[in-house]
Formats: sequence, C-alpha cells, structure tokens
Amino acid sequence: MNATERHVAWPEGMVSGAPYWAYQDEATYRLEQKRIFEGAVWNYVCLDADVARPGDYRTTFVGEMPVIVVRGEDGEIYAFENRCAHRGALIALDDGGSNARDFQCVYHAWTYDLKGNLKGIAFEEGSNGQGGMPRDFAKEKHGPRKLHTATLFGLVFASLSDDVPPIEDYLGEEIHGRIERVLRKPIRVIGRFTQALPNNWKLYAENVKDTYHASLLHLFFGTFRITRLTQGGGVLVSEDGGHHASYTIDAPGDAKSDEYARQGIRSESKGYRLADPSLLDSVDEFGDRIQLQILTVFPGFVLQQINNALAVRQILPKGIGRMELNWTYFGFEDDTPEMRKRRLKQANLVGPAGFVSMEDGCVGGFVQRGVATAGDEFSVMRMGGDATQTDTTRATEASVRGFWKAYRTHMGI
Amino acid sequence: MGSMGVSAPSLNSRLIELNAAYARAIDDGNFEAWPEFFLEDGLYKLTSADNHAQGMEAGVMYADSRNMLRDRISALRVANIYERQRYRHIVGLPSVLASVGSGVRSETSFLVVRIMRDGTMDVFATGRYLDLIEEDADGNLRFRERIAVCDSNRFDTLVAIPL
Repeated sequence: MNATERHVAWPEGMVSGAPYWAYQDEATYRLEQKRIFEGAVWNYVCLDADVARPGDYRTTFVGEMPVIVVRGEDGEIYAFENRCAHRGALIALDDGGSNARDFQCVYHAWTYDLKGNLKGIAFEEGSNGQGGMPRDFAKEKHGPRKLHTATLFGLVFASLSDDVPPIEDYLGEEIHGRIERVLRKPIRVIGRFTQALPNNWKLYAENVKDTYHASLLHLFFGTFRITRLTQGGGVLVSEDGGHHASYTIDAPGDAKSDEYARQGIRSESKGYRLADPSLLDSVDEFGDRIQLQILTVFPGFVLQQINNALAVRQILPKGIGRMELNWTYFGFEDDTPEMRKRRLKQANLVGPAGFVSMEDGCVGGFVQRGVATAGDEFSVMRMGGDATQTDTTRATEASVRGFWKAYRTHMGI
Repeated sequence: MGSMGVSAPSLNSRLIELNAAYARAIDDGNFEAWPEFFLEDGLYKLTSADNHAQGMEAGVMYADSRNMLRDRISALRVANIYERQRYRHIVGLPSVLASVGSGVRSETSFLVVRIMRDGTMDVFATGRYLDLIEEDADGNLRFRERIAVCDSNRFDTLVAIPL
C-alpha cells in the first residue's frame, strides 16, 4: 500500500477523522476494488423479484466489476463476472432480460450456462480440419469469476470472497431485525432512477450514515417534523462498525422544543406550510411509530423508510470523483390503491429531486471540490465522542466513525 | 391588424404558444408561474422512458394538484439547497395525437441545457412531454396532465427546477 507512504500518515485506529487523500488517491481507489468490493463483504446486487423466474437476469456491478445476476434452472440465484473468458468483452449488454437459457458473447460467440460456466466455443474443432482450439484446452478451467450469492428478505447480495461470513452473521442480529422490520411482505417495484453524483463513493456512504446532518442540511425535514434531532430516536451501529440503522420515533412533546430557534440554526422556518399537505399524509404501516429508518449495509447498500416512501439504494463507484446511486422505489404487492397513491406522492421526498434528499446529491461534490488541495488534512468527526457505539441520540457521528472503522479493517490501512 | 383581421388561431399554434410560455417561465426563473399552466387537479410527473415503458408509476417528481406544484416551488425557494443554476429549454413542435373529451392529447419533444453558476453547460435532459390539454373556465389552454418522459434514466447531481 503506497498511498499511506505518499501521503500524511493516518494514525492507527483513528476513525474520528479521515485524511482527504482517501477521496482522491488513485492507488487507494484501486485497492478498494480489491479489498472492499471484491473482499469479504456482501454487495447488494438486485432484488429477488428482479430475477423471479428461471432465466431472468439483471446486469449490475460489484464495485466497478460488471456482473450478471441470474436465476438458474434449479431456482437458485447465480452471479458471475460479466466478462468473457476469451477476450474480456461484456457477455450481457442489456440491463436485464428473461427466459435466458444461456449467455453468448457477441464478439466470438463463446457461450456460458446460467451458472457462468463456459460451455461452448465457436469453431472449437476448427473448420475443414484446420484451426480450432488446442486439444488440451479445458473449458472448465476458463470462465468469468463467480460470486457467492445470499438472499435475505427479498434482497440479493453477492460476494467474491470465500471467507465472507454468512449474511446473517455479517449483518448481526440488530441490523438483520431492522431489515426484517421493513421487508416482511412481497414487494412491488414502482420506479427506478439513477443519480450520478460528482463525488467519491465514500462521501455518499458517509452522508447516508450521518444522522447529525439530516435535520441541518435538509430544511424540509425540520420544518415538517418528519425528523429532527430533538425527536425521539437513535442509531444502531453494528459490532464491526460497517452497518447502521438510524431511526426517529414520533414524539408528541417535540412541538415545544425550541433548540433549533435558540441556536439560530437555519433549519427552523416556522412560517412554511404545505399548500397540499396530502404529501405527508402518512400511515404507521409497520405499527411501531417509527417515522423514518435509514439503514446501511457495508459497503454500498441503503434501505430507506421515510414515512411511507420505501426504497433501496445501491452505491456504485465510477472513478475517484464519481459515483452512481441506483434508486429502486417500492411498495408491497398488497398495497391498497390509497397506499399506492400515498407512495407515489411521498416519493417526492426522495430521489434526485427529493424534498429531503436532493441536497445529498450536491453536498458530496461540495466536499470533493472543497478538499481539492487538502489531501494531507483530516476531517473532524467527533460529535458524540470518538467511539462507534449504538446511541439513543442522533446528535452523534458514531455511525460515520463506524464506516471508517470497517473501511480501515477491510483495507488493512 | 388591418382589414384582413386575425383568423382564430389554430389549435396547433395555441399549443406552440402554451409550450413556449411554459418553457419561458421556467427558463426565466419565474417559477411561481409554473403551477398556473396546470388545472387545479392537474397531474405533473417527471419520469424516464424506461419507467414509462415498463408501466412504473413513480416519478422523480409527482404532483396531482396545482397546490402540490406550488409546494414544489416553495421548497425550491425556501427549503432546498442547491448550487445556483438555470435551464434553457428548446421545445419541439407539438404533435396532436387525439381528441379526448373536451381536450387533446399531444406530444412534444424537449431538450434542456443546464447552466451552472460557474458557466458549466450540460445537456441536462432530453425527452418528450406527453400532455393532456384542456381549456380552463377562461378559455386558456391548461395541462390536465403533463408527463415529462426523459430519454435517459440517469440524472446528474440533482433535479431542483422542474423540467
């Protein structure tokens, strides 16, 4: 690892500050591909419903690695690198499809079964007794890299590592329970959008774990009491630091709190009311008064419940200073027409134009640009101390520190 | 206009005027005028061609009342944080597709360039407006529905200003 040698040293074990070279360094970025995305982690790849029937497939990415996720004839889900063993071309070109019986590379027509095994080579025996592959060429020794898959509550995760723990152990009981809380029923996808962000992927990973910023950057939240730091709630951080779930509980006493006004924080704007309040006409569909739950699974998965706006987000790195965020909005198969309409309206809260999420699209870029020549400086993330523990306040950066704890562990830096 | 008088404008030219006024309001930053192009219970949705083709109902923006559109603009003015930017709409000629009750269905292509405060200009979106247009009580053409279907499913950074 040369990055740490070329740059200011990152004190061992320090997670309450990160050096800005971590968002800028090419060698670090390459190492992340190997040690994080291709390492002992579970990467979210798609929904179980996306590959419902044998032959259904989707193409996506694990880090920057293109992958195919497909339901095999045996009903199992397989994932393998979307790279032909011959000359490295993409095997599947579309976003997905159905009824696939095999995959054939367009370049020289090498063919793969649904498990990613190389099965056919065009002109393997040559033509008219001439050419062809050498007799000792063993197809079973050539093929795209295969990934392990795990399905949990309708979410499909993939890992290149043989050492990754079972998904339940990887998540831990608490995070597992928080996913189950939202995903108990068959889901129905209602929209998919991609947001291209002008920042390193880690800036978004941090942002989504950052409970401190939510009601300060996002005025819409504070004004309409969807969430404020003075509301009830907290943050759970997994043992390894990598996963988190933050939540707010509707607390009736909150209307009297004047802490925002007292501190002169911009988020408070008392006169602002919706002309059509049906946007926030929410129901407690999970029966626990939790209005908002944001959950992450290291390195790049987000499950979001903001009132009745439900979505999964997939964080994909696209170079040092670029990333894509894939949004999948969903409801449930048994949604009533009223609930369906409610979800369509509340989808305004999230996504690239979200009333409470659009700022997250630009704020990472503000950091990326702000630290342009500050590679040897460190961020400060000491709200709530220096630890990464679960807490009952969201005025803490514990879960962001948790991200860096897991990051340093996986990176070995 | 002299002795020849002015012939009643054709439907087509009225649609062209509507689209031009709509684009001009947004591009001039006169966002408060934007909701007024819709009927009281009009629908505006911003989505993509893939979602539209697959029958996915959710949009990047979704409003089923003029008041929701007004809320969009209030949020834009008061709440949301984004870097200063403008749009330039280039709107194509409308194709009238069908008469529906007292209104018409039409389709019009658009191209939107986004101009950032530092001068960066990008093709931000291209697509088509799928419209259901009716006259309001005063005889003005208004949108009962305007579905802005972007050709691409990918949005750069954020969408603050409506398309």
